[in-house]
Amino acid sequence: MAIVETHGLSFDYIRRDEEGNVSSINRALDDVELSVKKGEFIAILGGNGSGKSTLAKQINAILYPTEGYVLVDGKKTSEEENILDIRQKAGMIFQNPDNQIIGSIVEEDVGFGPENMGVATDDIWQRVEESLKILGMWEYRKHSPMRLSGGQKQRVAIAGVVAMHPECIIMDEPTAMLDPAGRKEVIRAARALNDVEKITIILITHYMEEVVYADRLFVMQDGRIKMTGTPREIFSRVEELEELRLDVPQATRLAYELKKRGLSLLPDGILTEKELVTELCRSYSIM
Amino acid sequence: MLREMTIGQYYQAESRLHRLDPRVKLVGTLIFIISLFISQKVSCYVAATVFLICMIRLSRVPFLHMIKGMKAIAFIMLITVFFNLVFTPGEELVSFWVFKITSQGVRNAIFTAVRLTYLILGSSLMTLTTTPNDLTDGLEKGLGFMKVFKLPVHEIAMMMSIALRFIPILLEETDKIMKAQQARGADFESGGMIRRVRAMVPLLVPLFVSAFRRANDLALAMEARCYHGGEGRTKMKPLKYKPWDFRAYVILFCYIALVVLFGIISPL
Repeated sequence: MAIVETHGLSFDYIRRDEEGNVSSINRALDDVELSVKKGEFIAILGGNGSGKSTLAKQINAILYPTEGYVLVDGKKTSEEENILDIRQKAGMIFQNPDNQIIGSIVEEDVGFGPENMGVATDDIWQRVEESLKILGMWEYRKHSPMRLSGGQKQRVAIAGVVAMHPECIIMDEPTAMLDPAGRKEVIRAARALNDVEKITIILITHYMEEVVYADRLFVMQDGRIKMTGTPREIFSRVEELEELRLDVPQATRLAYELKKRGLSLLPDGILTEKELVTELCRSYSIM
Repeated sequence: MLREMTIGQYYQAESRLHRLDPRVKLVGTLIFIISLFISQKVSCYVAATVFLICMIRLSRVPFLHMIKGMKAIAFIMLITVFFNLVFTPGEELVSFWVFKITSQGVRNAIFTAVRLTYLILGSSLMTLTTTPNDLTDGLEKGLGFMKVFKLPVHEIAMMMSIALRFIPILLEETDKIMKAQQARGADFESGGMIRRVRAMVPLLVPLFVSAFRRANDLALAMEARCYHGGEGRTKMKPLKYKPWDFRAYVILFCYIALVVLFGIISPL
């Protein structure tokens, strides 16, 4: 069953001058068809201005479609009475960890979502404990978020969403402002949530290394979805990705270049270093 | 430079005063301030002094830590004392130039000085023993009745707590922008008053821009987490009165009654 579905979704950013007349219209999303099943881990790739963040905000009902519609768990985002329900079902993580932490103590921040939903006090504490433990931040519950590292802050933000018991978490470039260690932390957390808690994850990013574990990839450009498929399928189309000015993971790039130079036994769409090593040994070991 | 401003910031300690309900502490501070302003006799101030000393001992906040912040108001205090001293009419003690010092003036000056000192000590005792969050919670709940007058109590409390959370972040940012502008030759330290104020412009503009951007981000993040105002919202840490809070109210009532009584019957 689909948890998130869009049909013919288009969205215009309308800029107005001082008198309120439309001065320019910028089409950010153009006829996007997307369907995400429950429990899936999908990733949306795209360069700057490709519309991927706009798409994320559509799913969380922060923006509403100009044309077409978005369904979250069967409910239309454009209808006012669905909004709170949708925001609970589809939580959202933003790029800047400092600007999305509301509480001044970790546990207070995690409790913010459940408080808004009107959960009873005892249940709030239970949810806070549970989600902080899932994210491995329980021992920091009394800390000020100011003193945490970027990766830890982002994990607190994720815990805040998990405490709302969502079906789906949309992560809008959650690692863009983090160092490599922090990036790893966050991606590991996202995968764990998907594997263990069966929460649907929609990861938006432009780091290719982060998407190799996704079930499906969507590549966006100019507000349209240009490519869809498993990471292996997508990354075997290196030329096409290059045309969209997107990079591929290092291992994929190396395999691609090796193949171009004559190692034709290598399969397409190698994703990780480990895979590359195994394949190289298998195909080219001196017998 | 900016981080040294720590007048009355929360001081972590385990004490009866720390554990009191913030509403009690708010009311207590208010009562203490009122008691200072109705005091006209020496005996009233003796009562206030004893009360204040007891509270400071009870709070387990080191006294030196408390008076560190007093330096900032020393100047204001000097001016007030001076005006009281020389401009109160009455029995003349000494006079020089155009000034006359009267016995009433001396009395007024001493009272004002004590009043101001106690005012600062008393109110900083509250902020020293209460976390900002407890304080806003206390305000929200304590002023809840104001909703009848269409005062957006919850919104004000939420604004306060967010402002408090962002103060350190914005301070850090100010520091960063300052360094960045200094690296490009901006000069914040030399020149007269006007030059220095003008030098702040390249600091304030980027600071405001980034503050607005942060505010926008934060609003989105709050909405994404189902925030929709105070209605239907539950509390993670609801305020509940405990036995000691009632006892504290009784003590406060006794204190103010005593001050009023001294004011009426005491001859001095």
